[in-house]
Amino acid sequence: MNTPATHKTIAADSVGLVAPQRYHFEEPLNLRSGRTIDRYDLMVETYGTLNAERNNAILICHALSGDHHAAGFHDANNAREKPGWWDCCIGPGKPFDTNHFFVVCLNNLGGCAGSTGPSSINPDTGKPFGLDFPIITVRDWVQSQARLADRLGIEQWAAVIGGSLGGMQVMRWAISFPKRLRHALIIAAAPKLSAQNIAFNEVARQSIMSDPDFHEGRYYDFNTFPQKGVMLARMVGHITYLSDSLLREKFGKGGSDSNFGRDLRDGKLSFGFNVDFQVQSYLQYKGETFSKSFDANTYLLMTKALDYFDPAVDYGGDFSKAFTHSQCKFLVVSFTSDWRFAPERSREIVDNLLKARKDVSYMEIAAAEGHDSFLLPIPRYMQALHAYMGRVAAECQSGGHR
Amino acid sequence: MRADLQLIQDWIAPGSRVLDLGCGDGSFLAHLKATRHIHELGMEIDADNILQCLKAGVNVIEQNMDKGLHNLETGSFDTVVLAHTLQALHRPDEIVEEMLRVGKNCILTFPNFAYWRHRLSLFTNGRMPKSPQLPYEWYDTPNLHHCTISDFDELCRSKQIKVLSRNVVDDGHHSTALMRMSPNFFGINAIYHITR
Repeated sequence: MNTPATHKTIAADSVGLVAPQRYHFEEPLNLRSGRTIDRYDLMVETYGTLNAERNNAILICHALSGDHHAAGFHDANNAREKPGWWDCCIGPGKPFDTNHFFVVCLNNLGGCAGSTGPSSINPDTGKPFGLDFPIITVRDWVQSQARLADRLGIEQWAAVIGGSLGGMQVMRWAISFPKRLRHALIIAAAPKLSAQNIAFNEVARQSIMSDPDFHEGRYYDFNTFPQKGVMLARMVGHITYLSDSLLREKFGKGGSDSNFGRDLRDGKLSFGFNVDFQVQSYLQYKGETFSKSFDANTYLLMTKALDYFDPAVDYGGDFSKAFTHSQCKFLVVSFTSDWRFAPERSREIVDNLLKARKDVSYMEIAAAEGHDSFLLPIPRYMQALHAYMGRVAAECQSGGHR
Repeated sequence: MRADLQLIQDWIAPGSRVLDLGCGDGSFLAHLKATRHIHELGMEIDADNILQCLKAGVNVIEQNMDKGLHNLETGSFDTVVLAHTLQALHRPDEIVEEMLRVGKNCILTFPNFAYWRHRLSLFTNGRMPKSPQLPYEWYDTPNLHHCTISDFDELCRSKQIKVLSRNVVDDGHHSTALMRMSPNFFGINAIYHITR
């Protein structure tokens, strides 16, 4: 074989090599906060083909640290490149089957992967926005996503799909644009954050903002960034994404329960404040890797979007009333070991949808991987998405449209 | 379709809201959807059954009805169905109450433990009866609370439940003159249509 060593082999069920596209919007976007963004860019990736009826488009909404790159690869020559963040679900023959669907995923406004955000240049000052970038809410994202749909010529999504903060966007779609989607897939989400959820977000924000390199969000001007702060924020976040049992298994010799995941890194205690246990170096590695690629101000914005999400506030606190006009069918999925958005929180969504007399299906997947389960190819989860989306694909073929 | 389901579908009004507790693979609800245009919800705990429901396009929620129906609103369904599951629940009396709260009318089916063959088995062999309806050993049966037609009638009387219709049938879901004469002795399966 003459193939260079760096040239990668791409699996048959991968969407393969993909390239993002930038969409520019000039129409001002009025935000929930009362502020306005006059113009903005959205970075978008699409997979599959929009059919002639334009009824086979699905929108993938990303979570806190996600972006537009949900599947496939960017670089043919980088053998070590990881695929997009939801590659296990998107591709030919996968649950979000690109043989049937036109899959759209974008980097949300305020992000740091190419869409307009705090690290973009503010045309008024010629400098990055920093903390001058307005606080964006889930509702604002969905407004901007609707404009993207208009631009792409998609009047109605076959499905809008998302996990965690992505699931919140899905709910907002069903509330704000009831006629523009036929199916809503809400995975590992919650109707709103609990005090504990907000508390974890506050720790993350404080870690970032108390980093001396934060410079009140103007770190770009100082040619630096609050790496330690983002690292700490990610470390605490990461703990909440995993389950106790998973950590025990991951860091317990041979998966035995008896040592509670207390494997040592160097085989002995240091009797100092260095890394003793493997879980410490793992967390530090995860935090550090993340901190090098993710903008601190975007992290702050994302946690605020989470904290502020609460559609019930417009309906006298009655979450079910938010869905009064929703016309789509709902699939809600939770994972048993998820304690960030536990199954009870998904059942709240289900119960309110039932109260609103909506078509809803719900399943609770047994999984050890905690909140992160929604990103993983867990067999029962994949089968369920396959089964559900198979019906959606059949509807598209039989001219599904309302 | 199972014969008991064939029989009870006539009690389900077109376009009504139907909750099927322990809906299995959803085929009954799918049939009602196709023929009677009902708005359906199935409740199931078995993963394979739930998957089959999703494939069939039947709304299904993963929920253990033994823990109650408290998340469902009073009167939110026209008909609540519980087919051949009553005897396997921890508190059949409580689920019947809950069904009557959630649904305007309810349909229940269960095997009649006082069927004469079961009586004979206990009387002559002194062993717990086994039959096509009760194929289990005493130690591995999912059935926790066997009841008879007389028992269920008594439950309805004590709880002031109105019996709209009671069918007593054999395994082919046919009724005979003997069954009509002495349902609790000759009836193999009981099918109740009840309301408050």
